[in-house]
Amino acid sequence: MRRLVAALPLMWLGLFFLVPFLVLLRISVSEPAIAQPPYLPLFEWADGLLTMTLNLGNYIFLAEDPLYLFSYLSSLKIAAVSTLIALLLGYPMAYAIARAPTGRRNLLLMLVILPFWTSFLLRVYAWIGLLKANGLVNNVLLWLGVIDQPLVILQTDFAVYLGIVYTYLPFMILPLYATLSKMDGDLLEAAADLGARPAVTFLTVTLPLSMPGVLAGSMLVFIPAVGEYVIPALLGGPGTLMIGSVLWNEFFLNRDWPVAAAVAIVMVLVLALPITLLRRIQAQEES
Amino acid sequence: MLRAITLLGFAFLYAPILSLVIYSFNESRLVTVWSGFSTRWYAELLQDDQILGAAWISIKVATLSATLATVLGTLAALALIRHGRFRGRPALGGLVTAPLVMPEVIIGLSLLLLFVAMDNLIGWPAGRGVLTIVIAHATFGTAFATVVVQARMVSLDRALEDAAQDLGAHPLRVFFDITLPGLAPALISAWLLAFTLSLDDVVIASFVAGPGASTLPMVIFSKVRLGVSPEVNALATLMIATVSILVLAASFRSWRR
Repeated sequence: MRRLVAALPLMWLGLFFLVPFLVLLRISVSEPAIAQPPYLPLFEWADGLLTMTLNLGNYIFLAEDPLYLFSYLSSLKIAAVSTLIALLLGYPMAYAIARAPTGRRNLLLMLVILPFWTSFLLRVYAWIGLLKANGLVNNVLLWLGVIDQPLVILQTDFAVYLGIVYTYLPFMILPLYATLSKMDGDLLEAAADLGARPAVTFLTVTLPLSMPGVLAGSMLVFIPAVGEYVIPALLGGPGTLMIGSVLWNEFFLNRDWPVAAAVAIVMVLVLALPITLLRRIQAQEES
Repeated sequence: MLRAITLLGFAFLYAPILSLVIYSFNESRLVTVWSGFSTRWYAELLQDDQILGAAWISIKVATLSATLATVLGTLAALALIRHGRFRGRPALGGLVTAPLVMPEVIIGLSLLLLFVAMDNLIGWPAGRGVLTIVIAHATFGTAFATVVVQARMVSLDRALEDAAQDLGAHPLRVFFDITLPGLAPALISAWLLAFTLSLDDVVIASFVAGPGASTLPMVIFSKVRLGVSPEVNALATLMIATVSILVLAASFRSWRR
């Protein structure tokens, strides 16, 4: 009985989350074939022996074609810049919410969480209407006389940054809020009593104490952003290189499953470091 | 300064949603040119069989997967919070947090490869469709449900359960009479969260759906890739209205307590 409680979720997640990674790993070293499914059989019986051919060709292919390297680097750059912008916008918001009186604090927190409950796809889609050449943003800017030609915003990297920051901002704010609201107000008062200016207090007391929130929030934005597919597909242009889109195209357009699997494995390796960092922060927070 | 940034931040979060709602009542097909109030896109939406059919599939998938995820998530939370140290604990702890941050393209591709390999090996799941989407959604839903239920379980008073057990109640009875009612608000949140996430997922579903079944987000995605569509705005408004009413009602109830 007691065993079953842990065993059921363990078995489910093992079978449908862990085992798929092993399959992914296996297929990333198999040979592509024009077949259904499009790779050579994973195991073969020959002379009563079960043999498994490993083929590193897909990884060599990834290393030789600069498209892949550029896509990984560009994804990391786009994710890092978006994370930084989300931090610069999210930190003051989390700070203001943590300092707000209790009644208003709950309302503001709900306002941060509410967009998370509404469709992510539709919220990203909303930006198409805002950003396109005859969209709301351009119309307002034209009307204000700031510009006399509509700006090209949609289908640029800028629109992708905007979309990522917009989508993941709540993930940045919530962990920041969690650390900032737990902070001991006496420390700030003590610093002020001892003559520290607000800026100094912030840099020497508040910011260092909120570092777990900064790191957790940043990782929660950065990790999914690296593999993002929908945002570059809807808001990015032909020049926007992101590894999530490369994987998608390898799979759906080129139907090269083994190469898509290799792209995914390399992505997991790239993300292993930030994921470990996040887990470590979360474990520390728990204890 | 702080106030200005906060206001700007909230405007940034809500302006796009607001624009969707406003333009859903626009007469013109050109979504951004206002030409008068009209509800014609709602009427067209209700006659669009492709969208309605996909919506029905999505609701089925979301209901089934959210229910599975809530059950599995509750069991996982129970094991993690109440069972102390046991052999599978580190593995379970890792497995419930990993799907939370793993990029969707990786989850989708790896699950699809598993389904294809299993189909070849043991003939199950035969082909791909609603069943495979339900399994996929239940898997990442479990991770989110565990987090929600765990948070509530930590704050639950154990003394009540201990008392019931001391008075001779069977562990199952303790669970159903004491633990479960105490967890009820979290179970509802967990179910709703898993339901919403399932109803919203386009990437994982696209990988595991196969040609037969298209969920609502898949249909929306293929429509909006071709540009803005007033019908999608109307659909978005209906979905946003439903969610807002539910969330407002839920928080109003918790405030009154």
